[in-house]
Amino acid sequence: MLNCKQATALMSLGMDKKLGVLQKTSLRLHLMMCEGCRNFNKQMQLLREGLRKFPQQDS
Amino acid sequence: MEKELISFRSDMLKFAWLQLRDEASAEDAVQEAITAALTGKKKYDNRAQLKTWVFAILKNKIVDIIRERARYPNAGTAIDEIQEDAYDDLFDESGHWQDHARPSTWGNPESSYSSQQFWQIFEICLTRLPDNTARVFMMREMLGFETEEICKELAISPTNCWVVLHRARMALRLCLNDKWFNAENRDVEL
Repeated sequence: MLNCKQATALMSLGMDKKLGVLQKTSLRLHLMMCEGCRNFNKQMQLLREGLRKFPQQDS
Repeated sequence: MEKELISFRSDMLKFAWLQLRDEASAEDAVQEAITAALTGKKKYDNRAQLKTWVFAILKNKIVDIIRERARYPNAGTAIDEIQEDAYDDLFDESGHWQDHARPSTWGNPESSYSSQQFWQIFEICLTRLPDNTARVFMMREMLGFETEEICKELAISPTNCWVVLHRARMALRLCLNDKWFNAENRDVEL
């Protein structure tokens, strides 16, 4: 079973390369049970989205 | 058009600096991008379109500078500015979130995106990333490089690359969380 620390590393890795089947399955299982990591996952997506929007901001 | 390009200059400089972490190179990149835009004479309908276009040119110039740099001898050293144990406090001995550190929801991001203050804090958080970490992270997220390309350009191992990216995300997430999403007062001081 993955713990949260391993899950966060996998979520990050998944943003940079395709995860293996085993990695994906164990991550999905973990996310089903762990709200903190689900939030973390959404936050990672938001970071990426923010970084894409950032250059378009007028300051 | 020239006037409008000049009005983007300070945003462009900030953008270039965040990725190159060096003022002289950032100046060069911006100057070249503005010159290229002026000679390109592309038609545009509005300011936002012009900005998108000139930033696309700027990104290419930044990439050129990064490639040029990669040929220098100090390229190839593993990057470890953020220590391996930097985020251990967030987890208990079994590797699960500590109560105080468990990520909570950030809500609907649209309201943050529409706030100028949010973007100021976003910039502060990006600025706080250590230089080499920031370079790798920005290559990935802002310039859209694939990790294999980053490893190749900077001559670092793929494992090092992934580790750096992960720690950069951890740092940025915590900074945004503390200074914006979970902040009691949203102070834009550095």
